[in-house]
Amino acid sequence: MKHFRHLIKPYLIWSILIIVIPLLLIGLYAFTEEGNAVLTFTFTLENFRKFAESTYLNVIIKSFRLGILATVICLIAGYPLAYIISKQAEDIQSFLILLVTVPSWINMLLRTYAWMNLLSDNGIINNLLGLLGIDPITMMYTDFSVMLGLVCNLMPFMIISIHTSLSKMDHSYIEAANDLGANPVQTFWKVTWVLSLPGVLNGVMLVFLPAISSFVIPKLLGGGQYMLIGNLIESQFISVGNWNFGSAISLILAAAILILMRLVKRIDVMGRQEE
Amino acid sequence: MILLFTKKHTQFFIRREMELNKLIELKDLTKNFDDQQVLKGINLDIYENEFLTLLGPSGCGKTTTLRIIAGFEDPSGGQVLFNGIEISKIPPYRREVNTVFQKYALFPHLNVAENIAFGLKLKKMEPIIIKSKVERMLKMVGLEGFEKRDVTLLSGGQQQRVAIARALVNEPKVLLLDEPLGALDARIRKQMQFELKKIQREVGITFIYVTHDQEEALSMSDTVVVMNNGEIQQIGKPTDIYNEPENRFVASFIGESNIIEGIMIKDYLVEFDGFQFPCVDKGFEDNEKIEVVLRPEDLDIVEPEEAKIQGIVRNITFKGVHYEILIETQFRTYKIQTTDYAEVGRKVGLKFGPEDIHVMYPMGAY
Ligand SMILES: Nc1ncnc2c1ncn2[C@@H]1O[C@H](COP(=O)(O)OP(=O)(O)O)[C@@H](O)[C@H]1O
Ligand SMILES: [Mg+2]
Repeated sequence: MKHFRHLIKPYLIWSILIIVIPLLLIGLYAFTEEGNAVLTFTFTLENFRKFAESTYLNVIIKSFRLGILATVICLIAGYPLAYIISKQAEDIQSFLILLVTVPSWINMLLRTYAWMNLLSDNGIINNLLGLLGIDPITMMYTDFSVMLGLVCNLMPFMIISIHTSLSKMDHSYIEAANDLGANPVQTFWKVTWVLSLPGVLNGVMLVFLPAISSFVIPKLLGGGQYMLIGNLIESQFISVGNWNFGSAISLILAAAILILMRLVKRIDVMGRQEE
Repeated sequence: MILLFTKKHTQFFIRREMELNKLIELKDLTKNFDDQQVLKGINLDIYENEFLTLLGPSGCGKTTTLRIIAGFEDPSGGQVLFNGIEISKIPPYRREVNTVFQKYALFPHLNVAENIAFGLKLKKMEPIIIKSKVERMLKMVGLEGFEKRDVTLLSGGQQQRVAIARALVNEPKVLLLDEPLGALDARIRKQMQFELKKIQREVGITFIYVTHDQEEALSMSDTVVVMNNGEIQQIGKPTDIYNEPENRFVASFIGESNIIEGIMIKDYLVEFDGFQFPCVDKGFEDNEKIEVVLRPEDLDIVEPEEAKIQGIVRNITFKGVHYEILIETQFRTYKIQTTDYAEVGRKVGLKFGPEDIHVMYPMGAY
């Protein structure tokens, strides 16, 4: 087996090229002043101080609130679905999981434009409501439209990762709980739920991380004024051209996510010990 | 089916009924999976304090029977009575029955003590009482001080003991065990057989034990139920099952046998291999076609002129304690287990007494 160890080398070089170097560059930008000189750096904490201004702080708070809400909605709606799917016969299960992934076969931009068509003031839904004599409701460019876009886009990840842990769970645990006197509700909370927690946490990560840093969906469904942290970073790099501030925000976001992931992991471990 | 209930059989039922109370009655129980009928009318009474074993080859319906008693499967037909009350519609969590699962099914997220306390916590028992009950159980199964251990890191034998403790701590009326020793190696198996029997006497409840291992069944049980193809073949004490098999299936499944077709001339007289022999069986029709079982260890080798059946030694194998000898006669080859040596090619006689002949109904008579 020893000679296989060398096979890791190209991979290492590759990861240094595409992960480590850009990260270092972001770090460098974040701690330096804006300027055109390529080889002279002036170090500063100004970029981070600037972020502490309430306008920017509000953006990150709003992003986290939105990300958490989207994750909770995906979890509450996705768990029952994953649970029901896992109770079906094996071939039906694979078919249903396939159905869950069908929307992601279509390009995300296209899907988002489709939502715009459905939700806009003179879109399909409002037209139908008009036929029923109901006044048009503004749905586009609101928290609602952004949330809808995020949830629909990310739900499959939640469902699939919960389904994976539910479907590989040994059915005899459930029978054992039943046998020992647990009714179906008790069995669910004391056994099924606890044993599916790894899948739940996995799903939470897979939904929360993209939700908090997304910028296409908020931009299209939330309108130009809708600022999430992803949009902020994007605008700093693309339109404002302040790469240093953009890098600082990226670092702050990365740090916040890391801290959150640690917290979630702690909850996972504690949850298991407490039981 | 009627033929199954010979006089012997009935006497056995009467004896059991006098001593003990009926706890579970299976009445004409059937079970279909898709088009396949896996239980074809099971009738069985199970008594208090009884160690009853369902014995049969793999796929004969033992697990299905057990799962119907536990409540995990609905019967397709028939009744399950518990203390005289029909329980087919009662969910498993409300039955006074606990199960030791084949692969133990210990909860991986709980430690040893929490696994055992699972049922007690659901009953909202005081933590201090739970603690003492768990300790007592661990002591009984020989795992004192194992409370905080991770169940996934225990050996097979230890997991087995935790599974038994987890079931028994709920003080069920009946403990169901589905091939509980199947995953253990031979040495631990022997010891667990002994301990299970001891635990059963100690707690004094009914054990319904499933196995395909005839030796295990015979050594542990008060009552053995031999099953094949979704039907009960024979119910009886281990000695009865061994000594008086009721049909060819039981005779060949339990131990090794010489099975010979013959005719029951009249009570106490049977004919096979061209000779008539006195025997101890009765209650058959005169001249009824039957089958005779001769256990290899009941046969003796004698000088040819001392016996009716004569043959030639074809093979002799040393088996540790005894020799296994194959003797070819005019009609068949007999298998014999004896401590006497006989060289290959020698002409010998086959000797057995009336009590060594076991007469039974031929396969397919019912
Ligand atoms: N859930 C099921 N679905 C379909 N067939 C089953 C199911 N459970 C058991 N069987 C079939 O029923 C028969 C009896 O099975 P089982 O009771 O497990 O036998 P045993 O425990 O004696 O080996 C087997 O042929 C088995 O394939
Ligand atoms: Mg089985």
